[in-house]
Amino acid sequence: MSDARSDILARIREALKVKAPKPHLKGEGAPGKTSTVAKPWLPDGGDTAEHSLIILAEQLAKLKAVFIRVPDHAAAAKAVAELSASKNWKKVAYHGHDLLRPVAAALSCETWEADASFEKQRLEGCDAGITTCESIVAQLGAILVSSASSGGRALSILPHVHVVVAEASQVVPDLGASLALMKARHGDQMPSMLSFITGPSRTGDIERILVLGAHGPKELYLVLIG
Amino acid sequence: MDDSKAIFLKDATVNAADGDQRAFIRKALGGYYTNRDLQKARYRDWERARDAASLAKWSAVNDLANVLEKFVTNFERNGGVVHWARDAAEARAIILKIAEDVKAKAIVKSKCMTSEEIHLNDALEKAGYGVVESDLGEFIQQLRGEAPYHFVFPCMHVKREAISELFTKHLGTAPTDSPEELTMIARRHLRQLYIDADIGITGANFLVAETGQISITENEGNARLTAALPRIHIALSGIEKVVNHLDDLSVLLPMLATAGAGQPMTCYNTLYSGPRKKGECDGPEQFHIVLLDNARTRLLADPEQRDALHCIRCGACLNVCPIFKNIGGLAYGTTYQGPIGSVITPHLRGLKQWNHLSGASSLCGACTDACPVRIDLHHHLLHNRRNAAKESPTLFDRVFHNGFNFVISRPWLFAAGGRVFRATLPLLQKLPLPYMGAWMKTRDLPKAPSQSFRDQWKNKNV
Ligand code: SF4
Repeated sequence: MSDARSDILARIREALKVKAPKPHLKGEGAPGKTSTVAKPWLPDGGDTAEHSLIILAEQLAKLKAVFIRVPDHAAAAKAVAELSASKNWKKVAYHGHDLLRPVAAALSCETWEADASFEKQRLEGCDAGITTCESIVAQLGAILVSSASSGGRALSILPHVHVVVAEASQVVPDLGASLALMKARHGDQMPSMLSFITGPSRTGDIERILVLGAHGPKELYLVLIG
Repeated sequence: MDDSKAIFLKDATVNAADGDQRAFIRKALGGYYTNRDLQKARYRDWERARDAASLAKWSAVNDLANVLEKFVTNFERNGGVVHWARDAAEARAIILKIAEDVKAKAIVKSKCMTSEEIHLNDALEKAGYGVVESDLGEFIQQLRGEAPYHFVFPCMHVKREAISELFTKHLGTAPTDSPEELTMIARRHLRQLYIDADIGITGANFLVAETGQISITENEGNARLTAALPRIHIALSGIEKVVNHLDDLSVLLPMLATAGAGQPMTCYNTLYSGPRKKGECDGPEQFHIVLLDNARTRLLADPEQRDALHCIRCGACLNVCPIFKNIGGLAYGTTYQGPIGSVITPHLRGLKQWNHLSGASSLCGACTDACPVRIDLHHHLLHNRRNAAKESPTLFDRVFHNGFNFVISRPWLFAAGGRVFRATLPLLQKLPLPYMGAWMKTRDLPKAPSQSFRDQWKNKNV
């Protein structure tokens, strides 16, 4: 008996001997095919940094994510500390990153740099997880985190609240730009997980009524510096 | 009559007469239409975006062997293990073998329609593993012991009272009529299960050949947890999910969310490339992917309907389908409901037993208009009807079509037949017509005109 792999590939090659016609395109001309060309038919991501930030703010508001803009690093630490105090967080896990250590240091509750070990139960017991990100997509209000930028896979999904601290220069106009940036940054050594986070976790499974906080974080904060 | 057809007709008749349930489904979809239109309006040119999406899928599907091989090479380079399954039985055996090898006890799953297709849960449970569905809708359907109603919104037909009762019965929680409270009950219940599970099973929405990554689209975060916490990650995917470039996702991910759920993007769109890497603090030790054929190559061999493999399972065609909205998802008796299910199920499971689904369409074309990758759904339903008639014509087909051919090619016979028909029509109105019962139950025969159209034309009466 031949193995499944060669069998399936042979079936495919046999099936494709008869060609199928190209799809019948109805838009105003065929889309550009080079992968780096911005796609002017998708939702707008802004053509200047200022414009992108306006779109980003609109999108985040619609997604029910909280957008906090601060002028500098000290203000970022202060903003997160205030948040923590007002929400009465007791335990906060954070990714060990230069941007985040001062933020964690300013918190008055118990903090834990969660990168070193993989203690699921301990992480589940945290009120909030603080991470950085790879980039932020204005077009969709999406925050791209990775296992490299966010202390692994669980820190940005298991705690009940997710706080992202980022620099304004990390905002890119659209999804294509953020994917291209990942390729440029990591080549074929991508972190094992990349995740576009678009608002707090949600479900509509019960009568199609929106509920925030299905399995992931119920609240999402983006603290943007600059 | 085949079983599947008999069940379909019975369920469809009952459901279509259930005004309450239909109103409930219409109401549940109301918000979707509004949000979808709002999001679509943000596209600077939705039609061109559809062009780009359909081209991306077309170019991968029409070069499937090469694109898959490229995906596999890159996936393996990232440290993942690839398994190939010709059919459902092979896929089940592969997954059971992995579970045995790693001495698994508890398994947590995120939504994966392909696993419904191969009846994976049954097989795992028979082998003694505890399996929990973690998507809220799938979790509810699992407790109900019922197949998903809609492949994107699995329990959209269930009212909150029923869910509350279900949770009281199985989880011992207090009754509530708040969707939020019900969601929190499931959240609390499932959290520990992710932590305790040895294996996480997910599906895949896209396989990216260029990078060897798989892409998973979800809203709840349950797939993220399923691929983060257990020590083994198994993804099960049809071979047609592959795309050429990472950049293809910059079109496909937003369109999937907009068309299917009226969102700009779903909450989490996650790309996985292998198990935990050196230097990473968490994630699974092993990452397996099972690539499933299960008759997809049969559909591939039909160039006329090959584009049905472009489907990104957004569910938009179900949401706009008048048949789906009237008969509901369970009546189909298929893994994939609605127009796309009616198109592909005859290919996957046999045209003879499943051709009745080709008739489950008013041919209004709403599905074709809604499809983000431009699958010509309603024409494919017609193609299936034609193919079924060719493959095994019924006696009625043969007698009627040969008879019609014979008459229509002889004008004098056609005219004479018309005269006889007009004369006997009043009589026919009184008789119970054989084979016409279902049609006539809700319709009356029209009154016969005194002259045929051709006579009226000749006599300038028109
Ligand atoms: S056929 Fe088109 S509309 Fe229907 S689920 Fe597939 S992609 Fe969506």
